[in-house]
Amino acid sequence: MSGFPILSLMLLVPLVGAVACLKAGREQARMIALVTTLVDLALGAVLWANFDTGGAQWQFTERANLFAGFSWALGIDGIALVLIALTVFLMPICIGASWNSIEKRAGEYYAAFLLMETLMIGVFAAQDLFLFYIMFEAGLIPMYLIIGIWGGADRIYASYKFFLYTLLGSVLMLIAMFWMVNAAGTTDIPTLMQYNFPPHAQTWLFLAFFASFAVKMPMWPVHTWLPDAHVQAPTAGSVILAGVLLKMGGYGFIRFSLPMFPVASAQFAPLVWGLSMAAVVITSLIALVQHDIKKLIAYSSVAHMAIVTIGLFAFNVQGLEGSMLIMLSHGLVAGALFLGVGVIYDRLHTREIDRYGGLAINMPYFALFFLLFTMASIGLPGTSGFVGEFLSLMGVYQASSWVALVCTTGIILGAAYMLYLYRRVIFGEQKNADAAAMPDLDTREWLMMVPLGLVVLWMGVYPESFLAPMRKDIAMLDARVAVAAPKGDAQVKKGAAKPAAEHEAAEHNDAQGEAH
Amino acid sequence: MELVRSLQLVAGEEVLSIAGLILLLWAAWAGDKAARAISIATVAALTVAALIAAPALCGAAMGADTIAFGGQYRADAFSAFGKLLIYASAAVTLIVAPAFFDRFKAMRAEFPLLVLFAALGMGIMVSATDLLTLYIGLELNSLASYVLAAILRKDERSAESGLKYFVLGSLASGILLYGVSLTYGFTGTTSFTGIHAALAAGTLSTGAVFGMVFVLAGMAFKISAAPFHMWTPDVYEGAPTPVTTFFATASKVSALALLMRISLVAFGAVPQAWQQIVIFAAILSIVIGALGAIGQANIKRLMAYSSINNVGFILIGLACANQPGAAAMLIYIAIYVAMSVAGFVAILMLRDEDGEPVESIADLAGLSKTRPGLAAALAAVMFSLAGIPPLFGFWGKFVVFQAAVQANLVALAAIGIAASVIGAFYYLKVVKVMYFDEAADKVRGKSELAHGVLLVIASVFISPLGYLLTNWLHTLAGNAAAALFHF
Repeated sequence: MSGFPILSLMLLVPLVGAVACLKAGREQARMIALVTTLVDLALGAVLWANFDTGGAQWQFTERANLFAGFSWALGIDGIALVLIALTVFLMPICIGASWNSIEKRAGEYYAAFLLMETLMIGVFAAQDLFLFYIMFEAGLIPMYLIIGIWGGADRIYASYKFFLYTLLGSVLMLIAMFWMVNAAGTTDIPTLMQYNFPPHAQTWLFLAFFASFAVKMPMWPVHTWLPDAHVQAPTAGSVILAGVLLKMGGYGFIRFSLPMFPVASAQFAPLVWGLSMAAVVITSLIALVQHDIKKLIAYSSVAHMAIVTIGLFAFNVQGLEGSMLIMLSHGLVAGALFLGVGVIYDRLHTREIDRYGGLAINMPYFALFFLLFTMASIGLPGTSGFVGEFLSLMGVYQASSWVALVCTTGIILGAAYMLYLYRRVIFGEQKNADAAAMPDLDTREWLMMVPLGLVVLWMGVYPESFLAPMRKDIAMLDARVAVAAPKGDAQVKKGAAKPAAEHEAAEHNDAQGEAH
Repeated sequence: MELVRSLQLVAGEEVLSIAGLILLLWAAWAGDKAARAISIATVAALTVAALIAAPALCGAAMGADTIAFGGQYRADAFSAFGKLLIYASAAVTLIVAPAFFDRFKAMRAEFPLLVLFAALGMGIMVSATDLLTLYIGLELNSLASYVLAAILRKDERSAESGLKYFVLGSLASGILLYGVSLTYGFTGTTSFTGIHAALAAGTLSTGAVFGMVFVLAGMAFKISAAPFHMWTPDVYEGAPTPVTTFFATASKVSALALLMRISLVAFGAVPQAWQQIVIFAAILSIVIGALGAIGQANIKRLMAYSSINNVGFILIGLACANQPGAAAMLIYIAIYVAMSVAGFVAILMLRDEDGEPVESIADLAGLSKTRPGLAAALAAVMFSLAGIPPLFGFWGKFVVFQAAVQANLVALAAIGIAASVIGAFYYLKVVKVMYFDEAADKVRGKSELAHGVLLVIASVFISPLGYLLTNWLHTLAGNAAAALFHF
């Protein structure tokens, strides 16, 4: 595969599809969109198959000096690979979710989605700082249109909020990028990742990048755009927002903040921990009292993303790997949950929890899948959610046991609000006649749910498939941030053989520390 | 020999002057019937002048070879860059005008001539290296422009805008002239290089500072930078749309280029004396342009505030007071011209059933359903003016802010870019009206082919495809900026 510009091709295919969709009618547009996304999925599979695990750090690199000031430089490492795979995997499902529900202006709708796909892959594949910025920011326009044109009743407010919030977050990052390029003399991301910026400058640069990624992530207290955007966006828009767009923040931390500003990252780790702890507890409690299914899942996304940031700023391999796995898992699970909401929304056209109830009776297969994804969201062992959360909390436990303690309450609260949601929607009496009359999943919905369910279980049972490509990159990142890593208060060590009395005492201490 | 050489250097201006005089006779003799033919002849004259100017830009002409008339005038790459943009804008104005004026039965033979003379004046402005040449060019341009703003005699708004432009423009010219006389008095010369040498040699006297401030204030009026921006919305709204196009493109280019030459050459020895003024004007323009636009209901007024806003960003390049900053300004100006052309041509294409122009933003509701192509072009202009990637408008902001960071003006860049988010709000509003609202279906008129072609060309330029031109654009702007600093 060497020399073949497969990444450019993956960017080009959806772009061509988008242009073709613009003028097409509804029937043709959705067909074009489906074929295009499936072709990209196939290309993604080829990409994964040809990725040399443990080989060179940057693979499939391309470089063309097409522009002044920056270049068309693409290339991926294991971290980018899995995120690109997540993107191309979710896109056909998004198209499937929109198959019947989008009636007005379908051509433009699918064009916007395909454009989003190009830009998302571009974000993960870009190896030039400014190319990354352009891809990162450009996603605002199609997403603004998707929320604003095809969204719910309050869509205009939500679209403005989404656009202006994320724009304000990002512009300062651009100024920081100018400063970095000016100081380092290159726009090449791999080179910048090795460049040591002076510590006092790192502080400012970190804050500028943090403003952007924290909004994108989103971290408490700048998360408020997310519930609005999620609730108003069409189903597929929510899937892509939760599935991939939120990962751009985490990807930003892992690609830029941590390796480029390790000193400042360590310096600001307590801030990140504090915000994340607040997020886990507060947004979980908010989720408990929601009446709107989408809003509940949106708040749960904020809580999950907080565990991602906790893991990222644990400065150890477990934390980083855990965060990456949560991002992947959350992409699948939150996407699947929004898809599930879409399934029942298409039938009843409401997101009010009270309008449902007892769906297990008339929609048993739907109930089964929703249960699987609910459990994965809670983090039940055997599902994808467990692996990432366990690793992430394990990582942060080494850095600070208090942070781990507070964040673990998120798991308990998560179980509370998800099970409560499940009980109200799926179990109980069939108090609403119209909800009781809803038919179970049709073939199209089966086709969307089954792949998601399989991957969730696969990631839960054998996470190694997803960890293997990233292992070397995570190790390099860990080595890069190790210099600045804060000394943890609780080091997990293998105990040496000890006399019985001492051993018991030690175990007692450990048990206190691990009481979560 | 000196005279022959000088006459060769001003060949482009000679072509325009002679063509203008001949066409004036033709217009007097043939009357308004010949308006279209005269327009075509004018475009031809502008093309010839542009072809004469182009080699200087591509060949990076600079230094002593480009000086004409003993240092009064300079035909270097910098002036060629400005002239090409000015002549192209003037040609666009002439191409879009007939369809607009025909409806009022007001396509007069004088119109192309006034545009021609204004363009000639602007060409002299960007080439001027002496305070007197500067003033001649400026007044030739201004007098023609006042008449252009009022050319729809029977339209009250047009007459009002012409009068406003005249009164306020004369005031600004007066301020400028006062500054010129003070500068001359305290430096003893009217030549830019002479002023540069005089200011570099001695300490900066209070009188010279006063002169400089008055000159800059007069120029700030011409480029419609805050706090001298008040005339802009009224004139933009009232003037006939083709004329507004001309003001937003050619007039802006010439005034900005002139401001660059004055600041960076004449006052280039004492940048610390004017940098603060420029920074103040830049931030104020960005903020006032953004806030003022929010409440506007008329799209031409919105474009006026947008132009104030964009001038603020361009001034950030000037605040750098160095060659990369100048190059960044030129790139921004070129992109801004393309965005304005696309914007105003799209506005010209907005017509209701009877062919009357539609200017109210509310009437654009649901345009994306009834006229998807036009709505997409207008949306691209709005996102581009807001500087959202991947549209090409982003590149203008990119180079300007990069230059500012390189010149160690990080705080200015941070404030400027944060304020640009305010501006994004009202650009989004236009997109929202066109894409999210229910169709008002007001825009039903047919479009002219010429308008469509121009809109497509300008839209392709501001689309992401524009990035493919960056290498070329950077080379040309680099040539021009190098010529500016090589005096």
